[in-house]
Amino acid sequence: MKPEDILKIAEKEIERQKSYRFRINVCCSSGCLPFGALQVLKAFEDAIKEFGLQGECKVSRTGCVGTCSVGPVVLIEPGSYLYQNVTPENAREIVKNHIVSGRPVKELLYANEAFFRKQLRLVLRNAGKIDPLRIEDYIAAGGYSALIKCLTKMTPKEVIDEVIASGLRGRGGAGFPTGQKWNFVAREKNTPKYVVANLDEGDPGVFANRTLAEADPHAIIEGMTIAAYAVGAEKGYIYVRAEYPLAVQTLKEALKQAKSMNLIGNNILETQFSFDIELRLGAGAFVAGEETGILASIEGRRAMPRPRPPYPATSGLWGKPTLIQNVETLANVPLIILNGGSWFAKIGTPKCTGTKCFSLTGKVNNPGLIEVPMGITLREVVFEIGGGVPSGRRFKAVLVGGPSGGCLPESLLDLPIDYESLTKAGAIMGSGGIVVIDDESCMVDTAWFFTDFCVDESCGKCVPCRVGLLKMRNILEGIMGGEGRLEDLDILTELGEYVRDTSLCGLGQTAPNPVLTTLRYFKDEYIAHIVDKRCPAGKCFKTQKSVVEVL
Amino acid sequence: MSGVGTVKLKINGVEVTAYEGETILDAAKRAGIRIPTLCYLEGLSSYGSCRLCIVEIKGSPRLFPACTTPVSNGMEVITDSERLRKYRKMTIELLLSEKPHVCAVCVANGNCELQDLAREFGVDHLRVEREWTRQKIDLTHDFLVIDNNRCILCTRCVRVCDEIEGVHVLDIKARGKDSQIIIDMDDDWGSSKSCTSCRKCARVCPVGAIYVRDKPISETKDKNIAQFIISRRRR
Repeated sequence: MKPEDILKIAEKEIERQKSYRFRINVCCSSGCLPFGALQVLKAFEDAIKEFGLQGECKVSRTGCVGTCSVGPVVLIEPGSYLYQNVTPENAREIVKNHIVSGRPVKELLYANEAFFRKQLRLVLRNAGKIDPLRIEDYIAAGGYSALIKCLTKMTPKEVIDEVIASGLRGRGGAGFPTGQKWNFVAREKNTPKYVVANLDEGDPGVFANRTLAEADPHAIIEGMTIAAYAVGAEKGYIYVRAEYPLAVQTLKEALKQAKSMNLIGNNILETQFSFDIELRLGAGAFVAGEETGILASIEGRRAMPRPRPPYPATSGLWGKPTLIQNVETLANVPLIILNGGSWFAKIGTPKCTGTKCFSLTGKVNNPGLIEVPMGITLREVVFEIGGGVPSGRRFKAVLVGGPSGGCLPESLLDLPIDYESLTKAGAIMGSGGIVVIDDESCMVDTAWFFTDFCVDESCGKCVPCRVGLLKMRNILEGIMGGEGRLEDLDILTELGEYVRDTSLCGLGQTAPNPVLTTLRYFKDEYIAHIVDKRCPAGKCFKTQKSVVEVL
Repeated sequence: MSGVGTVKLKINGVEVTAYEGETILDAAKRAGIRIPTLCYLEGLSSYGSCRLCIVEIKGSPRLFPACTTPVSNGMEVITDSERLRKYRKMTIELLLSEKPHVCAVCVANGNCELQDLAREFGVDHLRVEREWTRQKIDLTHDFLVIDNNRCILCTRCVRVCDEIEGVHVLDIKARGKDSQIIIDMDDDWGSSKSCTSCRKCARVCPVGAIYVRDKPISETKDKNIAQFIISRRRR
C-alpha cells in the first residue's frame, strides 16, 4: 500500500459514514460490558431492523466516553445525545422515539453537562466515537495521516524537533521531557533499537490506559511507529497487563489490521522504513510497570528493577538503546505532528503542556475517566467535573497519583495540576488516579491501605522498600489497633523519608507518600488514635469494640 | 585498562583520576576512600540492593549507589555525611529486624559482616519491632546448610553460583517480604542434581545463612574467592 491508498480509504469511509443519518455508538468497554452492553448493542441492532432503518442508521460498538458509573452508555450522533443506564428494553424505545420520531428520550439522557464542560479530549479524541475494531474508522477520523506526513515529508530530526517544541512530557508519571528522551535514543549508534509502549497500568482504581487501548488502539500504534521512525528503531513491544483481556484483544486485532495495510511491518507504505510491533502480556506484578522492571519482564526474566544509570536510552532491552513511553504519551504524538508543536504548547501551562487523563473515583458524584488540560485546579476536577462528594457527606481529602500518591487536604484544592506543583505538595502525577475521600474515611486507614498494597507489590530487591515499608505498615496497624505511641509518629516520618530517598526504583521512592502526606496534613487524626484511642471517622477499633460487646 | 580514557572527579573534596566507565566505588577504593558495602562483592556483578554504599552527588537531590553508578568528568561525590550515616544505620537496623538475627545462636557470630557493620554504625538497639520468621532451614545436603531465617537477600550466593561456578542452582522465589533463596525449583538441597557442592555460596555469604556444617566458619568463609578466580581466569 502507498500513502495515497490510505487517503483513498479515508475518503471512501467518510462517504460511507455520510450516507447514514444516525450513528448509534454503544460503549462496549470494560466499564459497560458487565452491565450488559453487548445485549444493549444487540437490542439496538434488532430495533433498527424492526423499524427498517438499516440504510440510515449505523450501530457500532465503541470505546468509553468516560461516564463509567452510569453504564451502559449510548451516544447518538448527530447531536451527541448521551443515554445512560441503557437496558435492552429501553433500546427499542430510544430507536422509536429518537430515530423514528425525532424526539430524544429526555429521562434517559445523561444530564450532567458539567462532567464534560471543563474537559479537553485530545488523547481520548476518538474514544466513544469510532469502532476500535475497524481501522477504517480511525483512518476516516484522520488516523495515520500523521505517520504518512512523517514518512513522506519529515526527517527523523524534524519529528523530534516538533515533539520538543510541543513540550510534551512523559505521561507515565515522572514527566520527563519526551522529545529529549527521543534525542537520547536517536543519537545512540548501537543497533537494533527498540520502542516499548508501557500499558502495565497496575494501580488500584486507575483505568486510563486501559480505556485508551480499548477505545482507540490505533492511536497508540501510530504514535509508537512515529516514535520508532524518529529514533531509528526497528522493533516495538506493547507491554500490556494480562488482566486487561479486552485491551489485549483489541490491540491484537488492531495490530493485525495495521499490518495488513502495511502501516507497520516491512517497508511501511512502500518507504525504506520498517518497524514491527509485538504484544507482550504482563506477568501480574505492579513493579513490572517500572521502567527497568518492564525491560526485565520483556526479556523473560523476573520483573526486578535495576539501578540507573545506565539508562534504557543507552542500554535497554538486551543491552540495546530502548525508548520506553507510556501509551498516553504516544497517543499525543500524532496530534503534535498534524497540528504542530507550537499548537500543543499552547494547551495547559508553559511548563506542563497538553492534557492529562485521570481516573476519577472514590466518594464523588460523577466518577469516571476524564481528560483535562494541565494546570486545571483540583477543585475544578473534584467539584465541577466530579460534582463534589455525595450529599450529606463532607469532603476530606483527595489522593492524587495512585497508591503512591499523596493525600491532599481541602486547603490545597486550588493547586494547579502539573508535575511540579503536585510533587511540591507531596503527591505525584503518577498514573493519573484521583481518589476523593470523604469524612467517612479514616486517614490512618487510608495510608495503611496504600502502604499495604506497596508492601505486597514490592519486588523485595532493595532493603528500604522490602523492609522499610513493611515496618511502616506494621506501625500503622499498631496505631489503628490502639497500641500506638507518640514516638511512632517520629519513626514513621523517619522511615518514610528513608524509604523515599534510598529506594532503588520509583515504587519505593514514592510508596511512602500516602503516609508522609497524611502525617503532614492530617496529623490530628493520628494523635486521636494514639492519645484518645478514638478514630475520628469511626472506622478503626471496630474489632476491639465488637470483642467488648461480645463479652 | 590500556586504551581506556580517564576522567577527573572529586570524592570528598579530593581530586581523583578514574577510568572512564568505572564505578564510584572502584574509583574511591583506589583513592583509599572506604565506602561501606554489603551486597557488593568484588568479582561479581553489582546488584545495588543493600543501599549501604549510597553516596551524594553534588547537583542532584537523589542518592546513588556507588557500586553501580559510573564516574563522570567533574563529578563531585560525598561518601560520608550525617544524612548518609543516618540512612546507613537505618538500613542495618532494618536488616537486623527483618529476621530473627540472634548472634548468640548464630554460626557466624564473630565472623559476620552484618554484625561488623552494626558495630561500626553504633546499632545497639532496634527502634522497630523484630520479625520472628519461621522460614525453611534445609539440612538435607551432606554438608551445606541454608537457614533462610538468617538470610539478608544480598544474592551474593545466587550471583557466585551463576557467574563463577556457572550452574545457577540458587535463585529467589516469591517477592517482597516473602522473598526467599531457593535451591533449583525450590527443591531440597540434598536432592539437587545441579549443585556441584563447590561451597562458593558458603564462602561468600556475609552472614550465617549458608554455611558448611561442623566446620569453623572462620575457615569456610572467603570473601575474596570471586575476585581471586576472576583474576586467575583473566591470566
